[in-house]
Amino acid sequence: MYPPSFRYYRASSVAEAISLLQREPEARLLAGGHSLIPAMKLRLASPPALIDIGRIPELRGIRRQDGGWAVGAMTTHREIEFSELPLLAEVAAHVADPPVRNRGTIGGSLAHADPGADYPAAVLALGATIVAAGPRGQRSIPADQFFQGLFATALEQGEVLTEIQVPALGQGWGWAYEKFPHPASGYAVVGVAAVVQAEGGVARQVRVGVTGAAASAFRPQRVEGALAGKALDEATVRAAVEGAFDPGQLLSDPFASADYRAALCQALCRRALLRAWQRAAG
Amino acid sequence: MAQATERRYIGAAIKRKEDPRFITGRGTYVDDLALTGMVYAAMVRSPYPHARIKSINVEKAKAMPGVVAVYTGKDIQINLLPLAWPLPGQKGSPRLPLARDKVVHAGEIVAVVVAEDRYLAEDAAEQVEVEYEELPSVADIRKAIEPGAPTVHDDAPGNVAFEWSLGDQAATDEAFQRADRVVRLELVNQRLVPNAIEPRAALAQYDPGRDEYTLWVTSQNPHVERLLISAFIMGIPEHKLRVIAPDVGGGFGSKIPTYGEECIVLWLSRQLGRPVKWTAKRSESFLSDAHGRDHYTEAELALDKDGRVLGLRVKTLANMGAYINLFNTAVPTFLYAPLLSGQYRIPAIYCHVTGVFTNTVPIDALRGAGRPEACYVIERLMDVAARELGMDPAEIRRRNFIPADAFPYQTPVASVYDSGNYEGALEKALAAADYQRLRQEQEELRKQGRYIGIGIACYIEACGVAPSKLVGQLGAQAGLWESALVRVHPTGRVTVFTGSHSHGQGHETTFAQIVAEELGVSLDDVEVVHGDTEAVPMGMGTYGSRSLAVGGSAIVVALNKVKDKARRIAAHLLEAAPEDIEFRDGRFSVRGVPDRSIEWPMVALQAYLAHNLPEGMEPGLEASGFYDPVNFTFPFGTHVSVVEVDPDTGQVKILRYVAVDDAGNIINPLVFDGQVHGGIAHGIGQALLEWGQFDEDGRPITASFMEYTMPRASHLPSFETQVQVTPCPHNPLGAKGIGEAGTIAASPCIVNAVVDALAPLGIRHLDMPLTPPRVWRAIQEARARQG
Repeated sequence: MYPPSFRYYRASSVAEAISLLQREPEARLLAGGHSLIPAMKLRLASPPALIDIGRIPELRGIRRQDGGWAVGAMTTHREIEFSELPLLAEVAAHVADPPVRNRGTIGGSLAHADPGADYPAAVLALGATIVAAGPRGQRSIPADQFFQGLFATALEQGEVLTEIQVPALGQGWGWAYEKFPHPASGYAVVGVAAVVQAEGGVARQVRVGVTGAAASAFRPQRVEGALAGKALDEATVRAAVEGAFDPGQLLSDPFASADYRAALCQALCRRALLRAWQRAAG
Repeated sequence: MAQATERRYIGAAIKRKEDPRFITGRGTYVDDLALTGMVYAAMVRSPYPHARIKSINVEKAKAMPGVVAVYTGKDIQINLLPLAWPLPGQKGSPRLPLARDKVVHAGEIVAVVVAEDRYLAEDAAEQVEVEYEELPSVADIRKAIEPGAPTVHDDAPGNVAFEWSLGDQAATDEAFQRADRVVRLELVNQRLVPNAIEPRAALAQYDPGRDEYTLWVTSQNPHVERLLISAFIMGIPEHKLRVIAPDVGGGFGSKIPTYGEECIVLWLSRQLGRPVKWTAKRSESFLSDAHGRDHYTEAELALDKDGRVLGLRVKTLANMGAYINLFNTAVPTFLYAPLLSGQYRIPAIYCHVTGVFTNTVPIDALRGAGRPEACYVIERLMDVAARELGMDPAEIRRRNFIPADAFPYQTPVASVYDSGNYEGALEKALAAADYQRLRQEQEELRKQGRYIGIGIACYIEACGVAPSKLVGQLGAQAGLWESALVRVHPTGRVTVFTGSHSHGQGHETTFAQIVAEELGVSLDDVEVVHGDTEAVPMGMGTYGSRSLAVGGSAIVVALNKVKDKARRIAAHLLEAAPEDIEFRDGRFSVRGVPDRSIEWPMVALQAYLAHNLPEGMEPGLEASGFYDPVNFTFPFGTHVSVVEVDPDTGQVKILRYVAVDDAGNIINPLVFDGQVHGGIAHGIGQALLEWGQFDEDGRPITASFMEYTMPRASHLPSFETQVQVTPCPHNPLGAKGIGEAGTIAASPCIVNAVVDALAPLGIRHLDMPLTPPRVWRAIQEARARQG
C-alpha cells in the first residue's frame, strides 16, 4: 500500500477520540480499516490524519441491556458471527471472508454506509438504535433515520458511533438474511433481512431491510404492509413481493442493472420472509 | 528410458520439493531483493485510451524531496519492443517503452519517476503534469472495423492489422453445398486479464567497472528476454547482460513478452548509477500485463443427415489491443486455426482471421493461447448441431471422432495429430459421470421445474510448438528447441541446468525425478537450476505446456550422453567391453558376473580423478543436450459437467465436474493433477466469471479485484479427475504436457451444460461469461418469446 503520508493518532477512550476530532476536523476515524485502508491504497481517499478508535476497550463487546443487547461499535464481525445476537450473527457470517471478519467492525461498517454492506439491512429489520457520542454528549438515532444516501449517515461532524442497541427477539420471532454477493467484491448486489413475529398463526409484525439495491438501505413498506396480519405461505409472500420494487429507484452498474436488482429484491425478499416465518412459526 | 517395471521415481506421486520453500515464505521473488543504494521507479500512466500528449511538465515532481529523477519518452531513447512472428502484409507497429507523442490505450507509460523510496515515487508520480488532447477511441473489435471508426494507428487503415487464412476455401464451400444441414453460430470469446499472483517486477543494476548489467525480472523465459533486449531493444551486448528470473509467482503467458518497464529500469540503472527497482501495483497489472482472448467469431458447420461433419467454415475477428505485441500475431493464427478440427475427422476446413487494433491493452498469449478459442468454436458447434439434429451430444461426437487406428492423422488445417484415443477418453468420462443416469435424473428434475444441464467437451491441445524448421518457414523469428546441461559432481550428486523456467509448474521436482530415475541416484541428490542466464547455458523458457515434452526431453538427451560416458568409464575400470555393462539401481556391473561391479559415485569420482580413464577420454562427467521436437504433442480428453441454474437469479451452480485427461506418460501424478485442477479453475473462470470490460469511451471498468472476478474455491466444485495414457510417439519421455488442458476443456464444457439446462426455454447459445445477470436476462427474454 502506497498512500500519501498522513498523521496517525491512537485514541484510548471515546472522550479522547472526540477531542482529537475537534483538533483534526479533516481526520477520518479508523476502525477495522477494511473499507478506508483499501480506499487510501488506491488513493481514492487521502485523509490528512487518521484517528484509530480500534483499540478503545469501552467500544468493544456485546452485553445484555434493558431486555435487549448493546453491541460496542468496535466489535468485530467475527465476534458477532459467533454471538447469540438475533439476525446479526447470521448476517455477520455473510460479510466478506474470515480474515476480513476478524478485523472489520460493525460500527465501522455502519458509519461507512457502503450501499452494498450487509448490516444496514439487519439494523433496519431489527429496528435497532444507533448511539453516537460527540462534543455535545450522547444521542440515540433510530435505524430508520440513520441511512441518508450513498455513504451518508445521520452522524454529524465530530461524532463517534459508539454502540448499536438491538432488541431481544424471544418466542414467536423469526429472522433470516438472504444475500446475492457480487462474485468479485463479495458486497451485496442485493441483501434482504427479514424479521417476523408470529402470533396465532399470523404475522403480527413484519420488518424487512433491503441493502445493495439502492443508494442506501431501505424498508419496502409495501411488502411489510401487505403481509401484516397474514399467514406467510408461499403464495401470499409471492403475491406481496411481485412488482414491489421499482427499478427506477434502484442502482444500476456494469454488473447488475436496476431491473435485475429488482428481480433479485423480489426473489430474496420472498426467500428471507419464508425462512423467517418458518423460524417464527416453527 | 528405464523399464516401467523397475521405476522408482518416474510415475511416482512425490510431493513437490519446492513447496516447503514457498509455503513457509522462504521463496525469493524479485520484489524481495534489496541492493545497496537502490532507488524506486514509479510509472506515470495515461488515464485516456487515446490522446495526443501536448506537454509534460516534470518540474514540480522533480523538485520534491527524495525525488532522484523524472524522465519522459523524449529523454529515454529505447527502441521498439520486438515482435516474434510477423505476418505477410501486416500493418501497425510494436510499442515504445514510453509513449512519445500519442497514447493509444489507457495505462500506457508517459513518464517515469525515480525516488529514494516507493512512497515518495508514488507521490511524485501524481505531481507530473501531463496535458492531453483526448481523441475518440474504440475498444470493441466489431466497432473498430466499421467505416468511420477512430483510427488507432495511421499506418493501419480501418484498424486492420492483418488478414490471414488457412485451409482449402473451395473444398469447404463445396462441402457446404453438399450438406443436408448447416449449423451457424456467432460466438464471443471475451477478454481475460491474466492476474498471476505475483505482479510483474524488475530490478536492474549496472556495474560500470565491468560495463555489465544484471536484470532480475519476472520472466517465463530469461534467455529470450536477454536476447530481445540485447539484439533488438537496447543494444546491450548479449554477453554483458545477465537476466535472472528467480522465484516467479505464476505467468499464464503474461510473463513471456519483454515489457517496457524492465527496459526502462535497465536504462535508468546506467543513467543514475544506482540499482533501480519497479514492482507493479495490482492496478497496474490490470492496465499493463498483456491480456488474453477477445475474439468475435462466425462459425458454420456442414453436416450430412446422419450427423457426420462435412465441413467447417470459421471467420474470426481477433483483437490485437493497441499494439503488435511479441506473439499476438501468432496466437489467433498459427496457434488457433490448426486446432479447429478438434477431435474430429472433418474433410474440409477454412478459417479466415482479421487482426484488429483497438484502444485497449495489447492482447497476447494467455494459458492455452489460441487453442481454447479453437476448442470453444468446435465444441459449441458440435453441441448446437446435436440439438438441431435431435442427437445426443455424446453420440454426435462419437460418430465424428478420428478413430484410434488413424494416427498419425493429417488434419486439413496443417496439424498432424501424433497419437490419440478419443473414444476411449469419452467413454471413460461418461462412465465416471454415469451419463445415462444423469440424463434420466435431468428429465425427472425438469418435470419439477428445475434447470439441470449436462455438458460435454472433447478437447484437443497442441503443446511444444515445433519443429523449429517448420515454424521458421512460417515466419517465426525463433527456434523452439530446449537445452539442458547435466553436471555430475565428483561425489555423484547432480546439478541439472534447464532452459525451461518454473513459475509454479514444479520442475524442481519432476525434472529431478527424471534424473534420479535415469542415473539411479536419490531425489535429494539432484538439484534443478533454472532462471539465470549466467548459470544455465541456453534456453527458450516455459510456455505452451512445453516444459516436460521439450525441456524434459532435452534433459534426457544430456542424460544419455552422461550415462554413455559413465558406462565407458565403468567398463574400463571393470575391464569389460562397454556393451557388456549393465546399469541398474545406481550400479554398473558386468553382465553375468554381478560381483564385478562399481557404484555410480565411484565412477563419477574416477571421471574427475582421471587417474585411470580410457585412452583419449576427457576427464569430467557432464553433458549438454539440445532437443528440437519433430512435431507438436497433442494431448486430449473429455470433460463432463453438471450444472443447475437458478431461474430467479440466473446463478449457475456447478454440481459435478468430471475430467478425463490423456497427456501421454505422467512423471508425477500429483503435479499432473495440480495442473488439471488449476486449468479447470481457469476455464471455469472464463465460462462464468472473468471479463475484461471497457465502457463506451474505451476506459477499463473491470480493472480491480472489486469488479474483475477471479475464480475462487467457493466458486468451484470438487473435481473428479481420471487419466488415460496414450504415449507421445515422438519424444523420449512419451509425455505431452498438461499445463493448459483443463483451461481448454472447461469453458466449453460449462457453457454446453448451462445451455443444456436452459434448452427447455428454447435457448440455443449464450456468450461467456455466463454471469447471473446475463443468464437471468436470457431467461426473461426466452420466457417472453415463449409467451
